[in-house]
Amino acid sequence: MVPVAQILGDRLHLQHGPIDLIIGADGARAQAFAAARDRFETVLEELVAEIDLLHRPIGPETVQPHGETAARMMAAGRQFAPTAFVTPMAGVAGAVAETVLQAMTSTAELTRAYVNNGGDIALHLTQDTEFTMAMAGHDARSLGQIRITHADPIRGISTSGQHGRSFSCGIADSVTVLAATAAKADVAATLIANAVDLADHPAIRRQPACEVDENTDLGRRLVVTGCGRLGTDAITAALANGQARAEGFIARGQINGACLFLQGQSRGVGHSPVTILEGTPEYA
Amino acid sequence: MSRPERTKPEKIRCDACPVLCFIADGKSGACDRYANHAGELVRLDPLTIVETADAPLVPFMKDGAEWDGDIVKGNRPFVTAVGAGTTYPDYKPAPFIVSQDIDGIDMVTVVTEGIFSYCGVKVKIDTDRHIGDERDIVYAQGEAIGHVMTSEYGSKMLSLGGVEHLTGGSKKEGRATCAALLALCNRAAVTLSIGVGDHATEVIVQAGQAPVINGDTERLMRVGCGSATIGMFAKQWLGLVDDVVVVDDHITGVLSEHEAGKQLDLPATGIKIKGRRSTPGRYFQVAEPGTGWGGTDIDDPLTILGPFNPKVARAGMRLLMVSTTGEQFAYYELDEALEPQPHDLPTALRKSTDLIAENCEPSVCSVLFMGGAGGSLRAGVTENPVRLTRSVKDALTHVSCGGAKPYVWPGGGITVMVDVLDMPEMSFGYVPTPALVAPIEFTLRASDYAALGGYVDQVKTVAQIETASARRVQRSTQGHDPLAAQHYHWTKADKG
Repeated sequence: MVPVAQILGDRLHLQHGPIDLIIGADGARAQAFAAARDRFETVLEELVAEIDLLHRPIGPETVQPHGETAARMMAAGRQFAPTAFVTPMAGVAGAVAETVLQAMTSTAELTRAYVNNGGDIALHLTQDTEFTMAMAGHDARSLGQIRITHADPIRGISTSGQHGRSFSCGIADSVTVLAATAAKADVAATLIANAVDLADHPAIRRQPACEVDENTDLGRRLVVTGCGRLGTDAITAALANGQARAEGFIARGQINGACLFLQGQSRGVGHSPVTILEGTPEYA
Repeated sequence: MSRPERTKPEKIRCDACPVLCFIADGKSGACDRYANHAGELVRLDPLTIVETADAPLVPFMKDGAEWDGDIVKGNRPFVTAVGAGTTYPDYKPAPFIVSQDIDGIDMVTVVTEGIFSYCGVKVKIDTDRHIGDERDIVYAQGEAIGHVMTSEYGSKMLSLGGVEHLTGGSKKEGRATCAALLALCNRAAVTLSIGVGDHATEVIVQAGQAPVINGDTERLMRVGCGSATIGMFAKQWLGLVDDVVVVDDHITGVLSEHEAGKQLDLPATGIKIKGRRSTPGRYFQVAEPGTGWGGTDIDDPLTILGPFNPKVARAGMRLLMVSTTGEQFAYYELDEALEPQPHDLPTALRKSTDLIAENCEPSVCSVLFMGGAGGSLRAGVTENPVRLTRSVKDALTHVSCGGAKPYVWPGGGITVMVDVLDMPEMSFGYVPTPALVAPIEFTLRASDYAALGGYVDQVKTVAQIETASARRVQRSTQGHDPLAAQHYHWTKADKG
């Protein structure tokens, strides 16, 4: 299977193996899309060439990878490695989005552009432009809105949680993180979602990651495979755990803000241009 | 990379993309698009597109080129849900919401594979042989997966699966049920055991194929019950034979006593049938049910006869005994002691048994998938699931399964029943819940879709669906076109 490119209306869809990108661009769109497609040709191959390195936990001895995307992953991961178990793979989606966005903006004149890699989004903004994005729950409920202007120091948005394709060690329905780069947002969202958790709660089901997927980089670490209804106090406690980690990241300047969602409750952390909708009714 | 040496043999290496995942049996690769199915690399999401026989393959956008395919009435492609994937239990918009301009009306098809926990199959087995009593339990792999339900004319009926067996019993029961349903829906043969102990019957069922009952392949359905057969063929026997007995587990018919015989002025023969007499010439319960003559347990038809009445019978009388399918027959003449003695069947009578056989339809098993589109599946189509149900009832939305027309049950919910032979092959999958994954499509006008709270912003045109890897099949013999205007209420009113 070679990379696939298609135009969806005024957006571009690129797909190769596990990577799906949805790309939008205002300005020299055709030129930007051509650049994105060209760059995307080899993105997955470049990653695979160094995959063993990218699967290993980041430590003081870890060597620098060669590839552009791998370097972004490593740089993002290193920022968080002292505080948690991190492999460069934690930031792969955001890093791929950045690599492709970089190829577009360096080739074409664009007022505004985004590369959305399955919820990990790299943004390009110029003077007087902004992006408005909706945060949606896994049940398609609107959880809130994010408005990012050129003045904001945010160029990466990432969402992680129970209902995504990747494993989570926590129980958050979703955690959306705003950061300077998509790769950093990606790593942080994963780590904050992992922290939204409760020890030894009977409603939470876990399994070693390698038993669920033998190709995981998480080894025998327990990942959450299901979570039943929690009481209000339990939800509050789990969110507080995630909130503490998010506040730590903000205090160290690693991210700008985060929104945490769990079973109808939410927390907004940091100074971020976010409106969180609350009290949305549930339906089955 | 040193991984290959550590790989267990049952794992396969996927070479679909440079990630080169090693995939264990039953797992999918990192992309969720390719999986290891019993050692075979399978693509999980080849969307299946139904096309008419002579329709050209519509060129889809490649390398950004504009799509110039002309959607002409009659050979437009219909994107089925086979391989569409599913978002259950995440109520995200259905994987593919396809829009297509049909006769000037912007139509939307919501394409999703539904996970049906409430689902099963109804099996119709064309046979008169006894396969079990009503309410007998049906077993597969030693687990209860369903039961025998009310018999229909010439057919035995089974109800298999359903939520009680899938998730209501033990894990093993659920798995055996799911495996049997999956195989039946994908047109494979499944061995079922009906009843218990020496009462047990083994039946091999496969959609579109004759059933195999206790090792014997069934060939024909009976032309009618024994009494009906007498009525249909009485004239054929006139002058060739003195009496005819049509052996049937339900109603055994006797020509000389039957109304049809009376009308032809046939004289009485002094024949005596064991069993419970209903009306003249019609007998119930001449033997036990079984896999012998006419669905009874007998192999020697003389066992249902008592001694001939010496006051009426005479030596040399000719008697034909035949089953309701014409497959079994025997010809006798009475000797001096009024005992029937077997003789070769005269050629003229052979024609009548052949005629009975010719009028019997081939015996086949029909497998109908039945399931209900529940809350989360409907939520993939609209934010307001009950509106979809109402829209189906109001004939604004047409439901199809893999492009085939299902029967939609009246009453609440969206409960459908569809012949698996009308659907593309291998339309079904499963999840470990266990539950079946079946394709279901909802087709409606774009304006109606918006009105019922559909995910309008998710709609793609047919041209935008990635179809390079799609499987294309011809429209089934049923010839159903889910996009045809006659399915919709609005054709009778406005054309907006």
